[in-house]
Amino acid sequence: MAQGNGKAKETVIEAHGVKVGFGERLVLNGVDLDVYRGEILGFVGGSGAGKSVLMRTIIGLLPKRGGTISVFGQDMDAASDEQRQAVERRWGVLFQQGALFSSLTVKENLQFPLREYLNLSQRLMDELALAKLEMVGLDASVLDKIPSELSGGMTKRVALARALALDPDIVFLDEPTSGLDPIGAGDFDTLIATLQRTLGLTVFMVTHDLDSLHTVCDRIAVLAEGKIIAAGNMAVMLASEHPWLKAYFRGKRSRAAHPVAEPAAAAP
Amino acid sequence: MADALLIDRTEGATLRLSASGAWTSHNATPLEREIDAAARRHADAKSVAIDMAAVERLDTFGAWLLERLVRSFTSRGCATEVTGLKQDYRALMDELHQIKLEAPSHDGGNRIVAGLAALGRNVAGIGDTLTSVLNMLGALCVALVRVIAHPRRFRFTSLVHQLDNVAWRGVPIVLLITFLVGAIISQQGIFHFRKFGADIYVVDMIGILVLRELGVLIVCIMVAGRSGSAYTAELGSMKMREEIDALHTMGLDPIEVLVVPRVLALIIGVPILTFLGSLAALYGGGLVAWLYGGIDPDIFLQRLKEAIDLKTFEVGMIKAPFMALVVGVVACIEGLKVKGSSESLGLQTTASVVESIFLVIVLDGFFAIFFASIGM
Repeated sequence: MAQGNGKAKETVIEAHGVKVGFGERLVLNGVDLDVYRGEILGFVGGSGAGKSVLMRTIIGLLPKRGGTISVFGQDMDAASDEQRQAVERRWGVLFQQGALFSSLTVKENLQFPLREYLNLSQRLMDELALAKLEMVGLDASVLDKIPSELSGGMTKRVALARALALDPDIVFLDEPTSGLDPIGAGDFDTLIATLQRTLGLTVFMVTHDLDSLHTVCDRIAVLAEGKIIAAGNMAVMLASEHPWLKAYFRGKRSRAAHPVAEPAAAAP
Repeated sequence: MADALLIDRTEGATLRLSASGAWTSHNATPLEREIDAAARRHADAKSVAIDMAAVERLDTFGAWLLERLVRSFTSRGCATEVTGLKQDYRALMDELHQIKLEAPSHDGGNRIVAGLAALGRNVAGIGDTLTSVLNMLGALCVALVRVIAHPRRFRFTSLVHQLDNVAWRGVPIVLLITFLVGAIISQQGIFHFRKFGADIYVVDMIGILVLRELGVLIVCIMVAGRSGSAYTAELGSMKMREEIDALHTMGLDPIEVLVVPRVLALIIGVPILTFLGSLAALYGGGLVAWLYGGIDPDIFLQRLKEAIDLKTFEVGMIKAPFMALVVGVVACIEGLKVKGSSESLGLQTTASVVESIFLVIVLDGFFAIFFASIGM
């Protein structure tokens, strides 16, 4: 399988002229976005700009008013139920709050997709659940916990493991580092990068975290005023003169604005 | 079924395993079978070489099974070598290689002991429920005293809102149900009493039964199902989303803000509903007595006046606020017991309805003894 780097870019998600609205308000007004195989795409925009809306539209949770979306070359509007299911099997979604099933244990949560889609022996499922759990940096002690007993960071890791349960080609991450402390968030970024490399994933990451954008994202797409106003790597973002991009990437909180300020901040 | 995914061939002291095909989730079950069979068949192999060059695709499932195969050989001290693995899959294999399979040991425990433990927990749970009812009653009294001392802190808007939900919106369904129950009792009474030529006593039965017992009981059961469950679900979801904690941190007492208006609304609303419900039941009974039993409305009313007096009516009405208190307190306790999960919300809502109906009936029994001993 193609693993990105150097090979011809293969588009896995293509969105053209996507329009989504609620009531009178049009949140997305003609969004065009391509996601390439094997990349980590960071998707940014102001709060309420419609980042999550686009993600939910792509995965089919929200109806759109216009435009087309195709995933793996399959036009999702024209897809039959079986085709749609085949595509859905190839993506995993990490929701912002984890969305673990609260009545199931961690192990059952991880095995749920396996049970639904594959007919595996219990031994293999148990081993795989533990393997995925260790891949996201947890150990066997959480297997029998229920989601309400987990901390925020653990919930996200378990949810990521569940999203990866069926070996998807694409994972959608909705603000994966929100609510984590900077160390936890950094670990999570590393984890995503490692998994992306080992499993050859395509990652679509909605995020606000400038550090994530700096460290793990291959490409960044920016949503503002209902459209994609820019897409490219960090250098492109930093070079842009668009006022919103300037404020976002070169504002007070951005690292680029104060490359030498960090040691000074540590001094008393 | 797919073709063979693993072919074994012995070459001197070395066992050569050639893998082929797609080692993916799709083939996981046959692959697992072949791998376990190969590991069993060659349990005495001294050295193993696994050739992965012909494998078209490999995902976590296949990679894990390969890892399992390698482990089953190495654990027996057999030298194992994997060759021909595509570069793309190296990282995945390395990752899986580091996984320790230490499932936490499960001691199943003795079934009888577990059963006894569950029984014990349930019995202790009844005690806990009673304690928490007393606890809540105490907290409620404290909050009420505080509110009486500072009447401005009383949440009048909230009370009116709850009254609207509990009493006003409950009127139609309560009227309908009590009307039907009254009609059914009347029909059954007439049908059976007629055998003894005692039709007219059906009026006595309806009057006493409805005003003393049935009116208030049916209303309370309806309210427990309608409003009690709603209270539990509301408070429970507030608990889940930390809204109750937020109230605490703002220096507000959740009992005062949330529980007092709700319980007061029930204490005011249930007697009103009981009154209306009793009227509807008498009306339904009278209507059936007239249409089905041929008892003229005039005669029904006259007989009713002789059969019941104010005391009969009072007995029912006195019970109403106490039962309302029980329903309200149990609903709020269960709501505040909800933990993080949506499953717990469902459990507590069920518990709330079951417990409040049970306690209402028990309370009714105590009232029966009490009223009998004071001659009412």
